[in-house]
Amino acid sequence: MRFITEFRSSELAAGLLSQIRLKSRIPARLMEFCGGHTATIFKYGIRQALPATLEMVSGPGCPVCVTANADIDKAIALSQLPGVIITTFGDMLRVPGSRLSLQEAKAGGADVRMVYSTMDALKIANENADKSIVFLGIGFETTAPTIAASILQAKEKGIGNYYVLSLNKLCPPAIRAILDSGEVRLNGLICPGHVSAVIGSHPWGAIAREYHIPCVISGFEPVDILQCVSMLVVQIEKGEARVEIAYRRGVRPEGNLEALKLMEMVFEPAPARWRGIGELPASGLKLRGEYQQFDAELAFDIVTEPACEPEGCICGDILRGTKVPQDCPLFASTCTPEHPVGPCMVSSEGSCSAHYLYGGSLAG
Amino acid sequence: MQDRILLTHGSGGRLARELVEKRFLKVLANPLLARLDDSAVFDLSGTLAFTTDSHVVSPIFFPGGDIGRLAVCGTVNDLAMSGAKPLYLSLALIIEEGLTMSELDRVVASIQKAAEEAGVKIITGDTKVVSRGNADRLFINTTGIGVVPEGVNISGSNARPGDKMVLSGNIGDHSIAVLSKREGLSFATDLESDCAPLGSLVAEMLAASSNIHCLRDPTRGGLAATLNEIAGQSGVGIRIEEEKIPVREEVLGACEMLGLDPLYLANEGKLVAVVPAQDAEAVLKAMRVSCYGKEAAIVGEVSAEHPGRVVMKTGLGTSRIIDMLVGDPLPRIC
Repeated sequence: MRFITEFRSSELAAGLLSQIRLKSRIPARLMEFCGGHTATIFKYGIRQALPATLEMVSGPGCPVCVTANADIDKAIALSQLPGVIITTFGDMLRVPGSRLSLQEAKAGGADVRMVYSTMDALKIANENADKSIVFLGIGFETTAPTIAASILQAKEKGIGNYYVLSLNKLCPPAIRAILDSGEVRLNGLICPGHVSAVIGSHPWGAIAREYHIPCVISGFEPVDILQCVSMLVVQIEKGEARVEIAYRRGVRPEGNLEALKLMEMVFEPAPARWRGIGELPASGLKLRGEYQQFDAELAFDIVTEPACEPEGCICGDILRGTKVPQDCPLFASTCTPEHPVGPCMVSSEGSCSAHYLYGGSLAG
Repeated sequence: MQDRILLTHGSGGRLARELVEKRFLKVLANPLLARLDDSAVFDLSGTLAFTTDSHVVSPIFFPGGDIGRLAVCGTVNDLAMSGAKPLYLSLALIIEEGLTMSELDRVVASIQKAAEEAGVKIITGDTKVVSRGNADRLFINTTGIGVVPEGVNISGSNARPGDKMVLSGNIGDHSIAVLSKREGLSFATDLESDCAPLGSLVAEMLAASSNIHCLRDPTRGGLAATLNEIAGQSGVGIRIEEEKIPVREEVLGACEMLGLDPLYLANEGKLVAVVPAQDAEAVLKAMRVSCYGKEAAIVGEVSAEHPGRVVMKTGLGTSRIIDMLVGDPLPRIC
């Protein structure tokens, strides 16, 4: 088992596609929540290959994209404070805030460092005792456990100059908000693979029951996605609505109990602002009382000017699935990967970036 | 206490002279360099190729190579991509104060070894030392001269519809090998950089067909950038097939983990050749005999459709556009 090549196999894909074509009779709209899925779908031209009965829309599952401008502004304001080193995952660097991106703040003299793991941020804190190190806690349930682990380790080792700006978000509440709003009629959900590796399948099971919508958890290779779509089609044709795991090599029904325990220890649910969706209750994570000393929000006096959205940008609508990138007047004209106006054009998981990079129409 | 490079090594005084003689002349020994005049003086005739490249890499030592080997191969390969036989290189180093002598010795030895492998001589050079923090350990510039054999006409603007695209081997090895040792990212892999001089490979290819249209080494920006450059310069479309592009399983795995695409990863010992269809098999055969082209494969062809664009047929039978890389490839969050 080599874990990648076989999940890109053209024979397997062709077999799944013919099954899907054979079975799909009822017109259905499927949403992939996760930006990683969006990228695969576009990269492999999966939308082109599906039968006309199936329409796919992209959801809000790009952690960079759903971060509200006001929160990006906060990170940038922190980077301007004397003695602060900002540590962050790479995707965040180029996201434009209301006035600046972190990359521009860095070029202007701010100390902003890209790290690949929270443990590296902790190491920077250890090596720079005279500075304050702030880690930008961006991401879904996938990154939250490692952030929790870094806080526990900082506490254990007595590292007092490490802080987290907790902007982490939880996926199920966002999906519920989209289903509650009724703006987009959905007949099936392609549920996120990495997030579900942490939270398991039960939260999606509850959504499947309450909203009577088939939910299938998918991996990230083209064969994974096609298998997931095939399973969704079977449920749709039978009128069923339950959770299934197509990504069995990554996800167990109960999730990753160790990771969940770490999250539970350090964080508690809190309201969070989502770009395009607004504030949702219990959809974010904040540090529990006993870990408040690590909370950048409390440790620093963060002053920001009122956040503003770029004029004409419809990233918010795109994140809710009510519009597609081509509906945006800025798409591919003012807003390109070289000069992104909105976050969906920046991240490799953003819908606009996927449409721009892979969506150009060419016959054959 | 280890011997280290000091600012005074760049002062032009006794220490500087000693550095040049002990660390460079002895190792890179050749009569043209040994004269130590202000410039190397030599005879050369025919059509010349001339190129320059500055090399920065972090870390300076990586699996399968180091900045010295990279600096020689980079320039040698740029010459070779014009069909030239690489002959002479210049070597200029900007050294950050504090580099250890043993590190410098390792790099210079590696430069000599790579130069021997490539069949070139270092005939002039320069060393500057800057204070700590003003450079990242060691930067190297090399400039090279080569002679283009008669009848050879290779250019990025020569691709014609119907031509075949031949790739000399696995892509992405260099990038992933370097990333695997980068501070803050280290992950275990047996991968080595493909860093290699390609002059002899090109000579073998030219012996098989004197009608090669384009040659390019897909370094920064990867195969995607190289193909886009050729498509743009020649005003043609390029079609490639995903399943024919050789990529190691380890590279695919690392790319998955980091959110990168092998098509955009740098290579330092690979080339893409655009060859008339009737010569493609002969060129491919010649490449596979060379130790630098064992995994060579025909990966696509040039078409008259969609000029300026590169299109890839995916494993699913669908097509997508392969664009140039935008900015740095940033690792994804989740």
